[in-house]
Amino acid sequence: MSTTVEAPPGPENEFTARRHVYEPHKVGLPPIGPYMRELWRRREFAVELSRTNLRAQHFDTAFGQLWLILNPILLGFVYFLLVDILHHHKSANQFFAHLLSGLFLYYFLQQSLTQGVKSVVTGGKLILNSAFPRALLPLASVRTAFLRFMPTMLIYIPVHIITGRPVTWQLLWVPVIILVLVFLSTGLTMILAAGQVYFRDLDNFLPYVLRIWLYTTPILYYAREVPDRYRWVLDANPIGKLFTAWSDVLIEGVAPTYRGIALGAAWGIGLFIVGFLFFMSREREFAVRI
Amino acid sequence: MSSLSGSERISISVQDVSVTYRTSFEKKPTLRETVKRLGRREKIVREIEALKGVSFDVEHGKVLGIVGANGAGKSTLVRTIAGILPPTSGRIEVDGRVSTLLALGVGFNRKLSGRENVVLGGLAAGLTRDHLASKYEDIVEFAELEDFMDMPMEAYSSGMYGRLGFSVAVNMDPDILLIDEALSVGDARFKRKSFEKMKELCTEDRTIVLVSHSMASIEELCDQTIWIHKGELRMEGEPDEVIDAYAEFLDVKKTSASTMEDV
Repeated sequence: MSTTVEAPPGPENEFTARRHVYEPHKVGLPPIGPYMRELWRRREFAVELSRTNLRAQHFDTAFGQLWLILNPILLGFVYFLLVDILHHHKSANQFFAHLLSGLFLYYFLQQSLTQGVKSVVTGGKLILNSAFPRALLPLASVRTAFLRFMPTMLIYIPVHIITGRPVTWQLLWVPVIILVLVFLSTGLTMILAAGQVYFRDLDNFLPYVLRIWLYTTPILYYAREVPDRYRWVLDANPIGKLFTAWSDVLIEGVAPTYRGIALGAAWGIGLFIVGFLFFMSREREFAVRI
Repeated sequence: MSSLSGSERISISVQDVSVTYRTSFEKKPTLRETVKRLGRREKIVREIEALKGVSFDVEHGKVLGIVGANGAGKSTLVRTIAGILPPTSGRIEVDGRVSTLLALGVGFNRKLSGRENVVLGGLAAGLTRDHLASKYEDIVEFAELEDFMDMPMEAYSSGMYGRLGFSVAVNMDPDILLIDEALSVGDARFKRKSFEKMKELCTEDRTIVLVSHSMASIEELCDQTIWIHKGELRMEGEPDEVIDAYAEFLDVKKTSASTMEDV
């Protein structure tokens, strides 16, 4: 035997490394500790899966990367034209930076969801053939989306400087906000990926939901411009506070409100936990349903 | 056979395992259909008992053959042992790392190259990158696919598909190898080669579970054979005894009824 993994101490179950015990478990969660250990042990699979997907999208070539970046930039220009014609912002420069940074961040969430929703269903053959923590499949999608997001942030840097946006210590909030959105995206991707198994047309509805979500998030406008009668929409939006903070930090160079950051983080962590638990409680049924 | 959990010699212990599926007649469940159906309660769900109270043990270093008609529950049984399908009741203990080669070619994404498939499959099965890299040459060499590894698997013939699948499964140093109807692929020479490889694994105290419709393969390779009939364990014993009984059963069916296709 050349694998070096020793069985961790504790009771034997399906996720222990050497001895496996399979028992009925229609409802409820698998043991979380061993599940997470096994997930971590097989993380390379998620990395490889996402790498393969990126290669299929020609992410590994210069022109492929350019194309992936070109798409959000062009959309940024389209929205800018549209909103600027309708709105005549006094400071078009500032608004362009706001719009572009918001769109780029939103595209991370959108990519993660649109790639992730089908991750379990398209992984069908792998699911029928080997036993592994299924959460690796949506996690790979989040990784793919994140790697596609990184270059767009590099594109934003010159825009930030040219449009004269402040460079302050408040920019330290940027990684925090991104991290919260990673958690939120992971949770939601898990929910959708599991949901797709039960409702195979979920991915057909997703683009409409994402479009509405984009319009109800302060990206094509500033949060402060939202009229009072629509205030509740912004408050109810799980990413509303987060994107408000994003614009505060990047565009205004001011600290986000603590209430905003706390609410945004609560949504992020909350959806992450709920999504993960939901996925784990469902994943053993996937092999039967696919 | 009584359960000997904890015993050093038992590799796979299946204890009174039943598996029940619930399937609806819809081909693919969709939100649209669910919403359209909301008012009327007409969802037809059928329960299928794929396995009913199956028990047996396999010792380390033994080859277990599983025979039975199409739809008898053989594949379900193998998937349950692999930990892919949870049992509805009963308990399964498996001592060691399992490598699966289930229903010809499954586990591969046809759009990806052979190399990508091998790496993804290996990592999913829990191998480390280093381990996989050290095995990669062996896998390719055994499958005799040196010139094809960077082609998408869409371009593979079914024989090549099966050869790669088998090669991956046997070269992953499994403690337990589950093979479901995979020996029907490949030419006679490759079949011979795979027989030799499986015998080699057995001398290293690895356990093999083999599902096959080829009675000759079962007879040559297996130490112990079970016959699954309509989800139940119909017979367990020496390969030749079980095969004789099974062959007799098939013949009786053939002469008495014209429903040979359905058994």
